Formats: sequence, structure tokens, C-alpha cells
Amino acid sequence: MEPVALELRNLSVYYGAFLAVKDVNLAIPRHQITAIIGPSGVGKSTLLRALNRMNELVPGCRTEGEVLFDGMNIYDPRVDPVEVRRRIGMVFQKPNPFPKSIYENIAWGLRINGFRGNRAQMDEAVEGALRAAALWDEVKDKLHQSGLSLSGGQQQRLCIARVIALQPEVILLDEPASALDPIATLKIEELMRELKRDYTIVIVTHNMQQAARVSDYTAMMMLTGEGERSGTVIEFDRTKTIFTNPRDKRTEDYVTGRFG
Amino acid sequence: MTTDDGRRTTDDRRRTPQYGIRMFEPNLERRKALGVVWEGVALLAILLGIAMLLTLLVKVFVDGLPHLRPQLFTEFPSRFPDQAGLRSALQGSIWLMVLTALLSFPLGVGAGIYLEEFAPKNALTRFIEINVANLAGVPSIIYGLLGLGLFVRGLGLGRSLLAGVLTMTLVILPVIIVSTREALRAVPASIREAALALGASRWEMVRDHVLVYSMGGILTGMILALSRAIGETAPLITIGALTYIAFDLRGPLDIFTVLPIQIFNWVSMPQAAFQRLAAAGIIVLLALLLTMNALAIWLRNRLQRRW
Amino acid sequence: MTRKILDQQLREVKEKLLILGNMVERALLESAEAFRRRDLEASRRVVEKDREINDRRFALEALTIGLIATQQPVAGDLRLLAAVLEIAGELERIGDYAKGIAIINIRMGDSPQPPVPAEIAMMSQKAADMLHRALLAFVNRDTEAARAIPQEDDEVDALYLRIYRDLMGAVIRDPSAIEQVNWLLWAAHNLERAADRVTNICERTVYAITGEMTEMDATWDELEREDSGLPRPRSPF
Repeated sequence: MEPVALELRNLSVYYGAFLAVKDVNLAIPRHQITAIIGPSGVGKSTLLRALNRMNELVPGCRTEGEVLFDGMNIYDPRVDPVEVRRRIGMVFQKPNPFPKSIYENIAWGLRINGFRGNRAQMDEAVEGALRAAALWDEVKDKLHQSGLSLSGGQQQRLCIARVIALQPEVILLDEPASALDPIATLKIEELMRELKRDYTIVIVTHNMQQAARVSDYTAMMMLTGEGERSGTVIEFDRTKTIFTNPRDKRTEDYVTGRFG
Repeated sequence: MTTDDGRRTTDDRRRTPQYGIRMFEPNLERRKALGVVWEGVALLAILLGIAMLLTLLVKVFVDGLPHLRPQLFTEFPSRFPDQAGLRSALQGSIWLMVLTALLSFPLGVGAGIYLEEFAPKNALTRFIEINVANLAGVPSIIYGLLGLGLFVRGLGLGRSLLAGVLTMTLVILPVIIVSTREALRAVPASIREAALALGASRWEMVRDHVLVYSMGGILTGMILALSRAIGETAPLITIGALTYIAFDLRGPLDIFTVLPIQIFNWVSMPQAAFQRLAAAGIIVLLALLLTMNALAIWLRNRLQRRW
Repeated sequence: MTRKILDQQLREVKEKLLILGNMVERALLESAEAFRRRDLEASRRVVEKDREINDRRFALEALTIGLIATQQPVAGDLRLLAAVLEIAGELERIGDYAKGIAIINIRMGDSPQPPVPAEIAMMSQKAADMLHRALLAFVNRDTEAARAIPQEDDEVDALYLRIYRDLMGAVIRDPSAIEQVNWLLWAAHNLERAADRVTNICERTVYAITGEMTEMDATWDELEREDSGLPRPRSPF
């Protein structure tokens, strides 16, 4: 097993009295791509959002258990969620660039996080992030146009660039390609393969082929039982194993499309 | 088969098997006729409204246009119609608007931001929210009574402009709060998430994104609220905004009057000449209102964003 | 969420595999029978029939690859289809062995000496029987049978050794029979190989069902160990 980036220990997430994600234990390997798959409503996004404390923004949401990151439980009262979110970045399902210029989309995150460089160093950081997100060549001549003027796929790569600029250790992607066409989707997937050299990537996807194509490890989520509404991780393994010879019958039924 | 107007349909083959009859009786002629009838009724309703408005406008313009001359703006009110002007009322209205805007903008927008972005979602917050919404619908004379008791008498401000400004602020605050919250809510959750996920604090998110993107909506609501204020008479009469003021406004503690009160006053005079003066005053008030509404529309179009 | 289309097409694939298997099985039996009776006409029919076996194998392959491309099967479905590709190839090879025996019969012409050993028919029956049950085990997902069948390969090997020794004896007695003996050996060797390929089919069956990849039998290794002095006859086909 590879070195661990995030270790989930008995992680449970509640919305009010409703237990959405139950008792997940998982070691997410460093500099690998881990996919979270499973049927709708099983808590994939909830689990993902528990990894950078985005769930806290939902009123009534409560998290139990631990997420160990860099030797520290991110739910420790001494830990500031704002700092957690800089180090564990997130990209959402629908591309959501700010209605500001492409440049400003990236510079803003740097600025609020106390970027200490001068103007030229800021330019450099913006360029670096755009290059890392494989977007530089497409936008270098229109940095001061609105981020919303880009195509859907470019917008999503801008959102990834925005996260990369902050030099996080982990990038969480919540169905990052579900709103994109197949070519844009492949570009994002290609980008993920490149980014894994420097970042640990966790991706939630509905698209099993996508999980199979891009990820190194796959976590399979399922409801805890017939008639239950809480989801949990029932199998975690190398993606190749999940898609050729899963151990759990429910995983087999799901990946072969015979679930339900 | 063919329909009445000669087009072919495929209805022939769509018969309920058990009864052997046609499943559909399109009856297009009757349905179309009914549609035409209702369209007519609706058109009549709108025409009626437009006709009334036109009559009013024509009457006002015929009566008032000849009196729309410089002295209307430069002269104080007078017992003699040909010497009477709106000077003090216009000053009062403009000062009232400017001061009310300066006071209600930070208060209303601040309250809206707090309620929408920061307040914990609990019973107390909900109670306040409901009350604010209800206050927007309270008859303005009630605010007048409150102003009379609180500002004029309680704080001893007398019948001053300041008392009027404070009262008017009360009148439009709920409207501003509600419209601010609407505008803030129109900023998609995805933008908030994006900002927070980059490690922004809540305030940074509001300051640099939510507020910036909703400014068009907020300003529009602000101007519409002020348009309401400029036409308000009842609360100002209640706090005793005087009609006859023959000097320039020197400060917020001076007594004052406003356009609607001056117009009301002229209308209640017996001489026909004053009626026509009132008509001229109405034109001025209308022009002011339309200008403000135009500004609101312009702002909305300029600052509107698409996601 | 169900996979009606995929399930239906998987059934079709299995049916076509069974049909192909059935043809190959009959080719084995018929070629050996024709050889025993030295019936050149029947052997020609076997050669003719092999063309159809090849065509069907390609058709089955195309169907399977089409399914992989359009239905994106994974896990059990993917293993099944991968196994079908492999098994179809093995069947085609077994069909070639049958054709090889038919061609040997035709090449040998009328020459009577030495007679075709009775073990040839026994070998073909054994191999055909193993093949039949192996394919049933595949479509019925019967891992137990799939693991048991390869062990019967020893019987075929034993028959082959008997033929080998008998024919060696014949050559010693009458060195002029060497060419005929060579033909006969080739025929027996083809049947021995056919049974080995049944073992491969069983390996694929276990893989399709369980995901396990195991070598079940290495006939030649054993043969070489037991009789290291034996040369390895080579099939001309």
C-alpha cells in the first residue's frame, strides 16, 4: 500500500437526525487518483465534502469521526476550516468561475490567502496555474476577459487552475465532467492523470467508465442495507481489481450495471 | 381523415380497441374560439386601465403645461396663484430623498446582508424575517404616527426635516431589506461554494463576490423604494410637514414640506388657477419619478449578470 | 438499472459458442471415424466443414468485440467475453486438428499398413466428450466440473503413449513402414493436443467465473519428465 494522504476513521455524517454517511474507514493514498463510485443518493458527494469541511456550510450538518491529514485531525477544534480548505481544494460539478476576469479568478484566491509576492510574481503565479491546468495556451491572449466567456470545459479547467494556484496538497473533484461534452471530459481526465504527480486527487463520479479510465483506486459506496438510507464504503481496492474481479457481490452488480 | 380545415391527421387508426370508437375528439374549432374570447376579455381589461391613465395624463398635461414655467421652480408658495411656486417643496423633496437614501442604504443593505449571509438560521431569525416582510406591507400612516411619537415628540426633533428623514427611512427600510435579500439570494450557491472552497472567510466571500454581483439588484431595489418615498404624503402630514414655507431650507432641523403635500394643498384651494398649478406640480413629480425609475432600469441592465 | 440488452446478447454469445463447440466436437469424432474406416470421402467432408467452423469463429469474435465496444462490460461480464474470445480460438484450433487428421487420411491414400490403431477412435471419443462437458461447464458456470475435466487429460495422454509405443514397435519390426507410422503418429498427436486445448478451455472457464488465473495441466512437461527420452513429434499442420 502507498503512503496515505487522508485517513478516514469511523467517519459519519449527519444531516440533522438523518445519518447520511455511516462509519467510513478509508486510507486515501498519496499522489494517486481515488474514485468514489456508487448509486445516486448514497452519499458520495457528502463523503467528499466531509474531506475539506465543506459540509459545515449546510445548516444542521454534523460530522463524527476523524479525517487525519498531515498528522492532524481536520475536525479538531483547533483546526480552522478556512485553512483546511486552502490545503484541500475542491472543484465542483458545474463549472463555477467567478464572473470576473480569467486573471482575477486565479488572483483572488491568492490574494485572500495572503499571497506575499509583487505584481510580477502574481502574474507568474497566475500563468503557472493556468499552465498546470493545460489552459494557458487557450487563454493567454485574453486574461482580462470574463471567465464566463470560456467554454464549459475551459471554465472547468479554470476552476482547477484556481485551486492549483493555492498549491493545495489534495484536490477533491465532485463529478467534474458531468456537465461537459465527451472531448472536454477527456481533457479533464487527461489533466487529472498529469496532476496526480503533484497532488492527491479524489473524484466522485457517476460515470463508471470514467472511474475506470482515470482512477488508480476505487471506493465503492452502497446503502448499508435494504430499506436503509445511510451509505457507506463497502469495498476499496485498486481500480483494476474493482472492474475485473470485485470481491463484493454488490460491487459486481453495480459495476456491471445490474444494480437494483 | 382530415380535420375541418383540411389537414390530414392520423386519428383514423387510433381507436380504443374495446369500444371500436375514436379515442380523440379534437374539437379544434371550439377550443380555438374559446381562446379568442378570453383573449378579448383580457385585452378589454388592459385597455380600460390604459384609457383611465391616459385620461388622467391628458387632463394633467392640458391643465398643467402652461404653468410649467421657470417661476414654478424659483418662487415660494403664495396666496396669489400667478406668484406661487414649488421652490420650498422641491427643496424639501430633494433633501428628504438624499438624506433618506444616505441613511437607509447602509442600514437596509447591512440588515439584509446580516439576515441573508450571517444570521444563524434559528427561530429568532425567522421571527425577525417574517416581521420585516410584514413591515413592508404596513400602511405608511402608521409609520407617520410612530414618527410623530418617537422623533417629533420623543426625541424632540419637532417638525424638522430630520424627523421626516427618520420617518421616511422607517417606511422604506423593510422594502430595502427585502429587496437586498432577494438580490443576495440571486447569487448562486455555486459562487459562494467556489469562494469558500478556496479558503475564503465568509466576509471575504460576501465582500468580494456576493455583494459585488448583487449590487445591481440592490441598487434597483433602493431606487424603487425611494420612488415610493418621494410620493408618500400620509406619514409626512402626520408628523406635520408644513405646507406654507416661504424660505429656503437651511439645515436638517428646519421645518420643511414636500411636493405631494404642496400639490395636495393646491388641489384643495377653491381657485381654478391653483388647480392648474397643482397639475403642473404633478407633472414635476411624475418627471422626478420617471427619472428615478429609468435610472433603476438602466442600473439593472448595466449591472445585471448572467451565470 | 438492468442490463437487458447486454444480458440478451451475452446469451446469444453463449449459444453461438455452444453451436461452434458442437461442430468442432463432431469434426473430431467424424475425422477419427473416417480415419478408422479409411473413408476418404468422409474426410473430404470434414475438411470442407472446417471452413464453416472458421467462419463461425470469426463471426463469434466480431459479435463479442462489438459487445465490448458498445456495452462496455466490466467485471464478470468482461471476464466472460474475454474468455469467449479465448475459447473460440481454442475451438478453432481443435477444429484444425480434426481437419489435420482428415488430411492425413487423404494423404495416406490407399496404403493399408500398418492399420489405424483402435486407440485413435478412443482418443477422439475421449477428447470430444471432454470438450462437450467443458463447454457445458462454461455456460452453466460450473467451476467444479471445469476444475475436474483437465485431470481426465491423463487418459488421453496414456492412450497416446500406447499408440506411440505400438507404432515404435511396428517401425522396429518393419522399418519400411516408417512413413505410414509417421502419419499415424501425427494423427494421434493431433488428438492429444486437442485434449490439451480442452484444458485451456477449462482454465478460461474458471477465470470467467472466479477471476482466478491458474494453469491446470502441463501435459508435455509431465510427459517429458516421465519419458525424457521421447522426441517431440511435430504436426505438419
